[in-house]
Amino acid sequence: MSAEPALSAEAREAAVSAAVAEHAGRPGPLLPILHAIQERLGCVPAEAVPSVAQALNLSRAEVHGVISFYHDFRDHPPGRHLLKICRAESCQALGADALVAHAKKKLGVGFHETTADGAITLEPVYCLGNCALSPAVLVGEDIRGRVTAERFDSLVDELRMAR
Amino acid sequence: MIRVFVPRDSGALSVGAEAVARGIALEAAARAAAVTLVRNGSRGLYWLEPMVEVETRGGRVAYGPVTPPDLPGLFAAGFLEGKPHRLALGATEEIPYLRRQERLTFARVGITDPVSLGDYEAHEGYRGLRRALTMPGAAIVDMVTQSGLRGRGGAAFPTGIKWKTVLGTTADPKYVVCNADEGDSGTFSDRMIMEGDPFVLIEGMTIAGIAVGATQGYIYIRSEYPHATRALNEAIAAATAAGYLGPDVLESGKRFDLEVRVGAGAYICGEETAMLESLEGKRGMVRYKPPLPAIAGLFGKPTIINNVISLASVPIILDKGGEYYRDYGMGRSRGTLPIQLAGNLKHGGLVEKAFGVTLRELLYDYGGGSRTGRPLRAVQVGGPLGAYLPESQFDTPIDYEAFTGISAMLGHGGIVAFDDTVDMAAQARYAMEFCAIESCGKCTPCRIGSTRGVEGIDRVRTIDKIVAGRDREANVQLVRDLCDTMLHGSLCALGGMAPFPVLSAFNHFPEDFGLTAGALAGAGR
Repeated sequence: MSAEPALSAEAREAAVSAAVAEHAGRPGPLLPILHAIQERLGCVPAEAVPSVAQALNLSRAEVHGVISFYHDFRDHPPGRHLLKICRAESCQALGADALVAHAKKKLGVGFHETTADGAITLEPVYCLGNCALSPAVLVGEDIRGRVTAERFDSLVDELRMAR
Repeated sequence: MIRVFVPRDSGALSVGAEAVARGIALEAAARAAAVTLVRNGSRGLYWLEPMVEVETRGGRVAYGPVTPPDLPGLFAAGFLEGKPHRLALGATEEIPYLRRQERLTFARVGITDPVSLGDYEAHEGYRGLRRALTMPGAAIVDMVTQSGLRGRGGAAFPTGIKWKTVLGTTADPKYVVCNADEGDSGTFSDRMIMEGDPFVLIEGMTIAGIAVGATQGYIYIRSEYPHATRALNEAIAAATAAGYLGPDVLESGKRFDLEVRVGAGAYICGEETAMLESLEGKRGMVRYKPPLPAIAGLFGKPTIINNVISLASVPIILDKGGEYYRDYGMGRSRGTLPIQLAGNLKHGGLVEKAFGVTLRELLYDYGGGSRTGRPLRAVQVGGPLGAYLPESQFDTPIDYEAFTGISAMLGHGGIVAFDDTVDMAAQARYAMEFCAIESCGKCTPCRIGSTRGVEGIDRVRTIDKIVAGRDREANVQLVRDLCDTMLHGSLCALGGMAPFPVLSAFNHFPEDFGLTAGALAGAGR
């Protein structure tokens, strides 16, 4: 899921160029390009902004503005696993607030923070479309429903083991 | 070969369907049983997921909720022949929750293999498009108008009227954009269609394109839906390979191409003009209207924008006729609505019913009451911008006008139930907090108002009991005034409707704000 820890500057630049080359010919290419960069590097680093801007004939401010608008794009890679807890109403109705409090305590981090061992980055999310099985969490593309504190703990253990 | 169905729906996966599917394959191999696994969509009976179905001579029978440790017992009991077991649910179609529905849009969901074009065709798929290709564009639009179909994304604007506007333009190219940015909490019907029957959406969009002369379609899907994105891409590839999409749709000489675009986590991109900006590669900022997107939409060209459910309802309308669809429903709400039961309910899931069913029937007859066993106290209908309704309003029928009549809205048909432990002041605060997090920032009432709203509600909640009374009332009045400004001064529905949950909490649950009903009377609506 997340990026290899130590890519060289050249490798990062190559990843950005590849993402640009892959999508620049499409109408409205910026979001597909940013997604492709984040998929390759785990984030959209600040150093990618000038080359994307140049390729699309946009200002750096415009590209930065788009990156910063969307919750998904990040400027540094997350931990090995990105764990999102749903905070929306359906999950609230079945104890999401308590689950969030439990998760923060268990992991020793707040939202948008990564555990000391680099294993898990915790984020809030507003609805995963799993509202008949609340509360829900998402790890990468793996969605979990009816998450209790115990199930959350075993999920965390599982993720830490998984490397 | 015995066909066994285990859903690939992400809800089913979230409670272990993948492990069950693997376990069935292993157990069947060990027993040398000839089993074909089909990964279907979900029937929408989520409390029974993972729900496994077996095709027997007498029809499909269901077992659920199945966990891997149950599998040896199921095999031993003869579940492959549909024999009894502790988890047996009988014939799937006879489960009351399902039997009492009117599944038009969801006719195939849970029944077919979602990405099998052959399965789709064998279950009445692509009959609507074939018929549409024999009709002039205006006749297709008329049929959609006649059906009474209204926008299922929440705004309930007549679909046919929107199409007619695009048909009347002469620009080239024109676009069809499907709004699959299903961000409302308590809603998942779009996701279920895209994961469970993606071809019906593809067919609906193709019909829309053929009707108005649009050649390119985009499905703008939220990034929180990776499984739906995968299913759509598989289905688009299959439809393209078979000539249902591409330069010459079914050798009609008409072009229609389709592409999936993934959002990046922004609730506001469910607002149609913000979605267009996002598709164009910009910040998801709401546009001023006019011009209407139907006249100047994506890349400045005429664009049909419809929700997933609206577009997925078009094939059956074209196949069976506008009257067939219109004959369901009540008043000006025609056809069916896929209603999503969520939150604190025993039987959460999807209920597609003709308009007219009451909230109470949905909550108790289908939903089975609260999952926690406590009394239901408040129900939010229509997502985070929808009103909270008290028990006294549970007899309201599912009908656009009936909901407008009680200062509420049906929206996308999501119903989130709360039991009596809910703190409505906290819910009101959350509504404003959510608006502050997701505001695009273009208009002041939404950008600033939402933050001031959070502060105002915090003051109401934290005012010390000793000085309660005037200060509390004054602050409630302040938040009400703020709501009034947001309602009337915001550019789009985010700021314009975020006050609904707040005001409904004040009006129906004053005790949660430390006030009596009398103290609140007369202060705005």
